Amino acid sequence: MISIRGLTKRYGTNTVLDGIDLDIAAGERVAIIGPSGTGKSTLLRCLNYLDRPDSGVIRIGDLTVDATTATSAQILALRRRTAFVFQNYALFANKTARDNITEALITVQRKPRAEAEARADAILGEIGLSDKTASYPAALSGGQQQRIGIGRAMALDAALMLLDEPTSALDPEWVGEVLDLMRRVAERRQTMLIVTHEMQFAREIADRVIFMDGGRIVEQGTPAQIFDAPQDMRTANFLRRVR
Amino acid sequence: MRALDIDYMLGLVPVILGYVPLTIGMALAAMVCALLLACLMAVERVMRVPVLDQFVQLFISFFRGTPLLVQLFLFYYGLPQILPVLSGINGVTAAIIGLTLHFSAYMAESIRAAILGVDRSQWEAAQAVGMTQAQSMRRIILPQAARVAAPTLVNYFIDMIKSTSLAFTLGVTEMMGATQKEAAGSFLYFEAFLVVAVLYWAIVETLSFLQKQLERHLNKAIAR
Ligand SMILES: Nc1ncnc2c1ncn2[C@@H]1O[C@H](COP(=O)(O)OP(=O)(O)OP(=O)(O)O)[C@@H](O)[C@H]1O
Ligand SMILES: [Mg+2]
Repeated sequence: MISIRGLTKRYGTNTVLDGIDLDIAAGERVAIIGPSGTGKSTLLRCLNYLDRPDSGVIRIGDLTVDATTATSAQILALRRRTAFVFQNYALFANKTARDNITEALITVQRKPRAEAEARADAILGEIGLSDKTASYPAALSGGQQQRIGIGRAMALDAALMLLDEPTSALDPEWVGEVLDLMRRVAERRQTMLIVTHEMQFAREIADRVIFMDGGRIVEQGTPAQIFDAPQDMRTANFLRRVR
Repeated sequence: MRALDIDYMLGLVPVILGYVPLTIGMALAAMVCALLLACLMAVERVMRVPVLDQFVQLFISFFRGTPLLVQLFLFYYGLPQILPVLSGINGVTAAIIGLTLHFSAYMAESIRAAILGVDRSQWEAAQAVGMTQAQSMRRIILPQAARVAAPTLVNYFIDMIKSTSLAFTLGVTEMMGATQKEAAGSFLYFEAFLVVAVLYWAIVETLSFLQKQLERHLNKAIAR
């Protein structure tokens, strides 16, 4: 069970997150949609303290992190319970495909190398990249890199997987394979919070869809509620524009 | 103009070659120490540890801002006068320390620039998987920065090899010191210093060749 209370982030006088409250059940798949610049990325980045929130409390299982008192040990613990998939993949450029996956298993989770490698090889099989084990990111297509980005996140067995527009940076030809992979991750009931502009995909995989605007959650509900019968004007307008 | 004494020069080659190990050894020892010190200072400069940062900046500024020869004299002849513990220091050790401090200041700046050149997303990815700052730095950022900084660092090593010749002013008989002694005996200064110049040159050319191989290797590893 994950709970977020009063999460607030300001840049100067610009309030980018305005007291976000959100609960996510274990195994729940939540999609966030909304116009550009409304704080969707900032919300995800505050959830693992890549950006430090100004206030608010994040609870994951027995771990509670309050922005006003958060210690570096708590932040580390929070990051170790979450996994992040970046829009620009952000694979470790100095590591092969396999080492990108084993890196955190070995240095963070302290797994024996053999075990970490076995896990990485299993994941590389699942994401269809067994033949790219020894390739460096620079030698891979965007789609392949993002599949490894997702594989790296899968390997962590995180309580919450955060995905920030994982397909937005991809050439159209690679979007399908990445969506397919995320569908499979979702089918396993990995708890996930995904920011996406792929409305059809959100409708398919999400248990709940959240519409954000101006740093707030404007409306949330099942995909059918949000996409077919939005209650708020802003949601309706946004959906009309993106369709 | 008189003719060059070729036989003398050929005879001198093996004599001076005998001092190559000492020259290379001093440079290698200083390089290893300087690299370590430079990495620490570069990381500190990026992290900006309060107080320590001012000290490191002062250190870098001093060692870049004064001639190596002056620094060597300061350590070898000057410092023991105020710090008697140092009075037993031999020329080789003093030269290695001097070269280390001098070159670490330059290398720290190169490494710092290389660290800052690593894409921000690499930091974020490392933090996101739960690595500590130290782990992120050591395992993700520094290796990438090293690739960028490597050619420059090899240049400093080449510079360092040439600078070991200054150790003869501290009474060390390395390549330059040996040549000086030989020339003083034979009075064939031109021949003697020409031989040592060519030998330094040969060492540097060899290193430049290795440097190109290294660069090719590093480029291959990341962008295949
Ligand atoms: N480092 C920063 N410094 C100042 N302002 C920032 C910073 N990062 C984000 N912002 C501002 O915060 C607001 C929200 O940005 P954010 O990236 O979270 O939006 P988003 O909903 O993810 O948009 P998009 O759909 O375009 O990705 C924007 O107005 C942006 O300009
Ligand atoms: Mg965004």
